[in-house]
Amino acid sequence: MEDTHDAAVATLAGPVTVEVELRVNGQVRRLQLDSRATLLDTLRERLGLTGTKKGCDRGQCGACTVHVDGRLALSCLTLAARVSGQTVTTIEGLAEDGQLHPVQQALLDQDGLQCGFCTPGQAMAATRLIAAGHAGSDEKIRDHMSGNLCRCGAYPNIVAAVKAAAAELDAEGQTR
Amino acid sequence: MKPFTLTAPLDVPEALDQFRAGSAYLAGGTTLVDLMKLEVLTPGNVLDISLLPLRGIRPRDGGVYIGALERMSDVAEHELITAAYPVLSQALAASASPQLRDMATIGGNLLQRTRCGYFRDPAVACNKRVPGSGCPAIEGANRMHAILGTSDACVATHPSDLAVALVALDASVELTGDGGHRRVPLAGFYRVPGTEPHLETELRPGELVAGVALPAVPAARRSVYIKVRDRQSYEFALTSAAVAVAVSDGIITEARVAAGGVGTRPWRLPAVEQALAGAPMRQEAFEAAVAHAADGARPLSQNAFKPALLRRTIIRALMTLAA
Repeated sequence: MEDTHDAAVATLAGPVTVEVELRVNGQVRRLQLDSRATLLDTLRERLGLTGTKKGCDRGQCGACTVHVDGRLALSCLTLAARVSGQTVTTIEGLAEDGQLHPVQQALLDQDGLQCGFCTPGQAMAATRLIAAGHAGSDEKIRDHMSGNLCRCGAYPNIVAAVKAAAAELDAEGQTR
Repeated sequence: MKPFTLTAPLDVPEALDQFRAGSAYLAGGTTLVDLMKLEVLTPGNVLDISLLPLRGIRPRDGGVYIGALERMSDVAEHELITAAYPVLSQALAASASPQLRDMATIGGNLLQRTRCGYFRDPAVACNKRVPGSGCPAIEGANRMHAILGTSDACVATHPSDLAVALVALDASVELTGDGGHRRVPLAGFYRVPGTEPHLETELRPGELVAGVALPAVPAARRSVYIKVRDRQSYEFALTSAAVAVAVSDGIITEARVAAGGVGTRPWRLPAVEQALAGAPMRQEAFEAAVAHAADGARPLSQNAFKPALLRRTIIRALMTLAA
């Protein structure tokens, strides 16, 4: 099929810089970024928010999971420039007034981690599934946590933690 | 990743106008950014289309219209989908991971690229990625590959569960481009590889998927998506079946059957549908009807199990609907 446009995209000599306004955990930051910069690298290397972990860096392990406008996002597959103006929440944004989020507290109480590397991503996935009302059974919890790998194999305790946190949030009458 | 310019057009005409040879449209990014990192795709210009007004899930012509930028997770749980088209809801819920379902769009899902390991590795030959370079999968790691619609040039499986369900439902994609708006039945949208496996769809350069049109399908109220895979969740299909039936007095009056994990494109099975029509809603009838499900299949060195697994997957789907 003939392309009706005259010219192809010009070959680029080098990196392209873009202006980005990031809203992360309630703070607004303006940055100049390489257009290729992922949200993951930007959080860790430019904003010093190293709670979000780089596991596989190709969208398969879930360690880099954050929230963008309340939805799950794999920050390694998200171009930072794309979320300009959107609301980003990382693991550092879950606690309020120095008090751990019920999901974080439950992961501690239920021994839901061993090395802890996958835990920030697990917590972000868990808060979203509870808010979306998917914590009704172990089977549903396991399904909705299946995008987060745990090489230590803490899965049963992670499911227990999600259940406990869902019950706690239910009792509080909120899904924060 | 290779460097690229990045812009976010605000409406469709602007997006179409900015598209050049070497541009790529970016929606959820779960395929494009992944393949750009691998340098399988190297666009010099990325057009972020997430601001385009290609949204909405609404009744239309007795069926449902789904905007291309709606996310997989939202469509799976939408009230217009769950009761009238359970096969679609289930196919989406069985796809990928919760993270990917929250990011990926309906249009992007339909345009996702094969998971063939040779396609995804720029260091090796692949006729889909570099036409004429060869296909290592035919003699190589091909357990996950296709057995239907293959050619001597390509045996890559189409990976979308959504597309299998949509083909069973006779859905169409609505495309918009410089030449205007057009509607293409999804079954005719995908190409078999033949000698040109790099040409995967009927999409023209610069053309956008605007949405998906679901017709009214009364039989779809009794429908199911069964996906057989190595893990219970977050895995691509070895085989899958999208099945819908209308039953009257224990006799099947209409059957729709499509298969995934086995074809170079989503694979409708009209011979099975015809064998089911008029048959009783019972296991013996199902077993007779699926006898020819894999006719014409060309299994590869590592997936000779697929024809039998496909037949059993369809039987399981029918048994689920009979229960």
